[in-house]
Amino acid sequence: MTELREPLRVEAVRVPESGLATEARAAAVVWQREMIRFVKDRARILSSLAQPLLFLFVLGSGLGSLLGSSGSGVALPTFLFPGVLAISVLFTAAFSGISIVWDREFGFLREMLVAPVSTTSILVGKAVGGSTVATLQCLLLLALAGLVGVPYDPLMFLELLVLIFLMAFMICCLGLMLAARLKQVQTAMPMVQLIITPLMFLSGALFPLGNLPTWLTVLTHVNPMTYAVEPLRHVVFSRLDVSAADLARYDPGIRWGSFLVPTWLEILLTIGFSALLLALAVTRFRRTE
Amino acid sequence: MDEPAVSVRGLVKRYGDVEAVRGIDLEVARGETFGFLGPNGAGKSTTINILCTLVEPTAGEAAVAGLDVVRDRAAVRRRIGLVFQEPTLDGPMSGEQNLRFHGELYGVDRRTAAARREEVLRTVGLFERRKDPVSTYSGGMRRRLEIARGLLHSPQVLFLDEPTIGLDPQTRASIWNYLARLHETQPITVFVTTHYMDEAENCDRIAIMNEGRIVALDTPEALKAQVGADRVVVATGDDDAAIAAVRREFGLEAGMHEGAVTISVPDGAGFVPRLFAALTAAGVDVRSVSVTRPSLDDVFLAHTGTTLRDAERSAGPSLHPMAMRMRGR
Repeated sequence: MTELREPLRVEAVRVPESGLATEARAAAVVWQREMIRFVKDRARILSSLAQPLLFLFVLGSGLGSLLGSSGSGVALPTFLFPGVLAISVLFTAAFSGISIVWDREFGFLREMLVAPVSTTSILVGKAVGGSTVATLQCLLLLALAGLVGVPYDPLMFLELLVLIFLMAFMICCLGLMLAARLKQVQTAMPMVQLIITPLMFLSGALFPLGNLPTWLTVLTHVNPMTYAVEPLRHVVFSRLDVSAADLARYDPGIRWGSFLVPTWLEILLTIGFSALLLALAVTRFRRTE
Repeated sequence: MDEPAVSVRGLVKRYGDVEAVRGIDLEVARGETFGFLGPNGAGKSTTINILCTLVEPTAGEAAVAGLDVVRDRAAVRRRIGLVFQEPTLDGPMSGEQNLRFHGELYGVDRRTAAARREEVLRTVGLFERRKDPVSTYSGGMRRRLEIARGLLHSPQVLFLDEPTIGLDPQTRASIWNYLARLHETQPITVFVTTHYMDEAENCDRIAIMNEGRIVALDTPEALKAQVGADRVVVATGDDDAAIAAVRREFGLEAGMHEGAVTISVPDGAGFVPRLFAALTAAGVDVRSVSVTRPSLDDVFLAHTGTTLRDAERSAGPSLHPMAMRMRGR
């Protein structure tokens, strides 16, 4: 209140009419804010790595000793590696999407939604931001590949990163869609328990999809996550030196009846689910604005 | 350029059976500071939300900066600045980062954006604190940052919905200080809702809304003049004799309020010399005289049946989180 009163030089700035460039700038700055938050919140990165590491080394080694005598050439941690990447992505990306509830709670969502840009641009920025964070976190897990017998193949890493990003984008859109109607932060955590955890268990991240009881097969087939997890496993197993029998046992792929779903279709399905979930999220945010 | 900043014709908004806005007409000239007053639930917030393109009207038309709020939604949004009663800042980001975010969101020209940021930060006296996270700012500083942000993209109309609610009087005064200063230097129209009478006095014109209708619209002075009488309060040595003298000399009924003789007359200042002469002639000792113009509180009471103070209390902090929820919808 005692600040110096500087002479005001009034220079009106120009605000352009709507256009693709304006929308892209809006999405980019929303993405940038997610990055700023990510960098400021290193504790979140480390703590979110704890769960996948437990799955990989504790569950993998613990259950592995039980299965050790089954005479297969694939160690359980090796089998689990792509699944654990998927689980890490699932929780990080879902949390990023749902975190928009915090933006609502603190009012910042309003600042974003009243701007002269489309809701789609805002949500795309948010989802790409969450996907970037999830992918960056996976880099740390990927660095551990050697410990579980997965070779350091640069092309494999590149393929994995692209697939991880796609999956993360889909899950972020899911998180955004779920968060659209949430008014309170307290309701966000039960939402994760109720929806995200079943998605993990029913995705084939923790077990191979062959020889499951029918009810479980049906549930895994209607789970969008399944189609994002399988390509990851396929990419990893294509770099492993395993027998045809082990391949059929650990990486049987997804079969609709007798039709083996090819990887390109799985990727296409993941993209399709992303578009659908994003469209739903946009509609729900528009309606609740 | 002579078209009004805000123009409203027959505006109606219904929520189910509830008619929040019942057909209002309004025109705000460019460069005006326009105050919007009314008790809770009068339809102020609904009206301002329609003008900001956040709510669509059921019937009628509204134009801001010459553009229709329904048909040219995005174009209107680009030309208005918004300051809501609840905070909409990002706490972890610094003041400058919040402004940068806003500039990108509104597509402000990057070549002039930095200069503009500095300018608005200096306007509200936050330039020195620009690098600090907003979470370390006081309530008044946050409000000022929101005002700075609302100005960043050079809007033609700045809408402020209860911008000073919950702030202490000193901070409120400083915010109005900034608003007034802004008004001196930029050709901006300010449209503000408030419960505070002293703030309404700062406006060029005010509208009072009650039960979905505008019940009064004029300059604060004219509205007070419509209410009529000034209040003359006299402290005397003999109140009974004074009351009798006033009745005898002027035919006016004086009353006792808070231990002093109180008289209502149209021209208080002109009345005092005559009153003084009459009382002296009657041998009544006059200790002090004061003349009070009718306040906006009197105006508000006359039009709405409630005082601004009561309206302010019923919109107090306890209701605030709920109001926020409602708005989040």
